[in-house]
Amino acid sequence: MRERRLPIMATFVVFVLLYGLGGLTFDHFMSTRVFGNLLTDNAFVIIAGLGMTFVILSGGIDLSVGSMIGFVGIATATLVSHGVHPLVAIMLLLVLGVVLGAAMGYVIDAFEIQPFIVTLTAMFLLRGLCFVISLDSVPIKHPFVTAFSDFQIPLPGDGWVSGPALVMIAMLIVALVIAHLTRFGANVYAVGGDAASALLLGVPVRRTIVGVYALNGAFGVMAGATYAFYTSSGYPLAASGVELDAIASVVIGGTLLTGGVGLVIGTVFGGLIQGLIQTLIIFDGSLDSWWIRIVIGGLLFVFIVLQKVIMRSVTALGSPQAA
Amino acid sequence: MIPVTPPPTETAARPPREKKSLPSFVWPLMALATILVIVGLIEPAFFSIRIVEGRLYGSLVDIVYRGTPIMLIALGMAVVIGTSGIDLSVGSVVAIASAVMAHYIHEGWDPASVIAISLAAGLACGLWNGFLVAALGIQPIIATLILMVAGRGMALMINGGRIPTFRSDFFSFVSSGSIWIIPTRLFLVVGVALILWALLRRTAFGLFVEAVGANPSAARLTGIATRTVTLGAYGIAGVCAALAGLVITGDTRSSDAVNVGMWSELDAILAVVLGGASLSGGRIYLATTLLGVLIIQSLTTSILMTGLPPEYNLVVKAVVILAVLLIQAPKLRIQVANLAAAFRGRGAK
Repeated sequence: MRERRLPIMATFVVFVLLYGLGGLTFDHFMSTRVFGNLLTDNAFVIIAGLGMTFVILSGGIDLSVGSMIGFVGIATATLVSHGVHPLVAIMLLLVLGVVLGAAMGYVIDAFEIQPFIVTLTAMFLLRGLCFVISLDSVPIKHPFVTAFSDFQIPLPGDGWVSGPALVMIAMLIVALVIAHLTRFGANVYAVGGDAASALLLGVPVRRTIVGVYALNGAFGVMAGATYAFYTSSGYPLAASGVELDAIASVVIGGTLLTGGVGLVIGTVFGGLIQGLIQTLIIFDGSLDSWWIRIVIGGLLFVFIVLQKVIMRSVTALGSPQAA
Repeated sequence: MIPVTPPPTETAARPPREKKSLPSFVWPLMALATILVIVGLIEPAFFSIRIVEGRLYGSLVDIVYRGTPIMLIALGMAVVIGTSGIDLSVGSVVAIASAVMAHYIHEGWDPASVIAISLAAGLACGLWNGFLVAALGIQPIIATLILMVAGRGMALMINGGRIPTFRSDFFSFVSSGSIWIIPTRLFLVVGVALILWALLRRTAFGLFVEAVGANPSAARLTGIATRTVTLGAYGIAGVCAALAGLVITGDTRSSDAVNVGMWSELDAILAVVLGGASLSGGRIYLATTLLGVLIIQSLTTSILMTGLPPEYNLVVKAVVILAVLLIQAPKLRIQVANLAAAFRGRGAK
C-alpha cells in the first residue's frame, strides 16, 4: 500500500517547497529564530491537531477543541488567581477533559448520534462555561508561568526552542507511541477503517471510541494549557475557530477524513505548513492578511483532490477500502 | 457513528411490533412548547403581543423576527442534509453575498440587479460545493470546509479589508420594514418555504433528493441523475444563504466580512437535526426545520427574558439541545422501551 503514503509525501514536499521559497525570497528566513518561532506560535494548534488525528483516524470529528482551549485558559487563570499552583490546575483540568471526552465518546457510540452534533454541543457548553467563569481577560501571574514563558534552549544561530515548542514535541512523542506502538493505536486504525469488520475481529469498538475522545480531551487540555501559559492569560473568547485550524492540519497532513488512513507525524507538518503560509505572507508585507485564508483553502482543495485520486487508484488496484 | 447494532439481548422483551410512529413534527413541537410554557410560568409577560407604531411587538414576535436569517439558511441546509450531505460554508456564503451586495450598492446598481448578482454569487458558491461533492466525490463535510475557510477571505477581499456601509431604503424595507403590521422578512421566509415545499413536494425533485440521500447507488440504478440532483441541492443551499446575507446586511447597513453569519452554519445544522432529520440523509422536513430554529431562538430570547445572566445562554442552550437530541435518538427510545417492557413483564408475574 505504498500509494497510501503518497499524501504524507506530498505534505512533506509542500513543506520543503514553501520553506525553500521563503529562504530564496527573503533574507534571514532560513534562520533558526524564524524556525523556532514557527514551532512556538503553532505549538497549541499542533497539539490540538494531534488529538484530532486520533479522532479523525477513528472516523469521527471534534468541533469542541477550540472552546476547550479557551475554557482551559480561563479556568487556569481563575484557579491560579485563587492561589492554586498552575500545575495542579492543569492536572484537575486534565481529569475534567478526559471525563468530558469519554462522555462524548460514549454518547456518540451508545446512542448513535453523529460526532459532529455531539461535539458541537460540547463546543457550546465549553464556550458557555468560559463566559460563566469570567467575561473579561484574566492575567495569569505566577512564578512558574513566568519561568515557562521565559524558558528557552538556545539553538545555533540566534534562535531558540521555547517552552511551548518543547511541550509540543513531548506530546508528539506521546501521540506517536500511542498510535504506532500500542494495541489501542492499532484498534483506532481498525475502527476507522471498517467498524463492522473491527467488531467482528474482536476489537472493542465502544472502548476504542470512548478512549479516542478521552485522549482527544487530554490533548485539548494540553493545547489549552500551552496557549494559556504562552499568552500568560485566559480570555473567554480565546481560540475560537481553532478547531478548524486543527482539522485543516490533519487533512493537509495527509490523514483521510473517512478514517483509518493517516499518520500522526503528518499533522505536525500540516500545522507547520499553515504557520509557514502565515509567516510568508507576513514576511512579504505587501499581501493582505485575507490571502492567508484563501491560500490555506486552496491548499486544502489540492490535498483533498490528491487524496481522492490516490484512493481511487488504490481501489482500482483491488483494495475494497475506499468508500 | 458505528453502523454495527449489537444483536438484541432479549427478543421477548422488545415491544411486540413497531407501533404507528408519531408524525415527525410532534417531538420538536413538544420541545418548543415545553420551553415556552416554562418561560411563560416564570415570566407571564412573555406571551404579550402589542401593536406599537403600527407593528407587532413582543417576545414571541421577536423570536420569529430574529430567527429569520437562520430559518432561510436552515431551509437550504435541510435540502442538502436530505442528500446525506452537509454544508459548512453557508456562513462564508453569507459573508460573500453581503460583500457583493455592499459593493454593487456602492456602484449605484438598482436593487433588483443587486439582489440578482448577490443571489448569483450564492448560487455559484453552492454549485462549487456541489461540484466537489457530486463530480469529484469528496466527502461533503470536507468539500464545504474549503469554502468555509477560503470564503471569508474572499469576502474580505471584495470589501477591501474595510467594513463598507451604505444607505438603501429598499433593503432596509426588506430587512427591517413591515407590510401592514407584519415584518417584511417574514413574508420572505414564508415565500422561500412555500417555493421549496412546491419544488420538493409538488415535483419529482424532492423524491429524487430523498432517494439520493437514502441510497445513492439504488437511486443511480433507477435512473436518477444523482449528480445533477446533488448539484441542485447545494445550489439551493447557496441561494438560501445568500438571501440570509441580504437580510442581515440590509438590517446592519454594513458588510462586516469577518463577523457576519459567523457560526450560522452550526445553528442551521442544529435546527435541521432538532427538526428530526438525520444527518445520514433521506428525509427533508421543512416545517420542523423551522420549528428547530424557533427552539434555538426561543432559548436565547427566553434566557434573556427570565433574567438569567446572559453568560449562561450557551450553557443552557447546550444542555437543552443535548436533552432534545437524546430524546429523539431512536437508540435511547428502544432502550427505554425495552426497560419499560421488562419492568412490566416482571410486574405481571
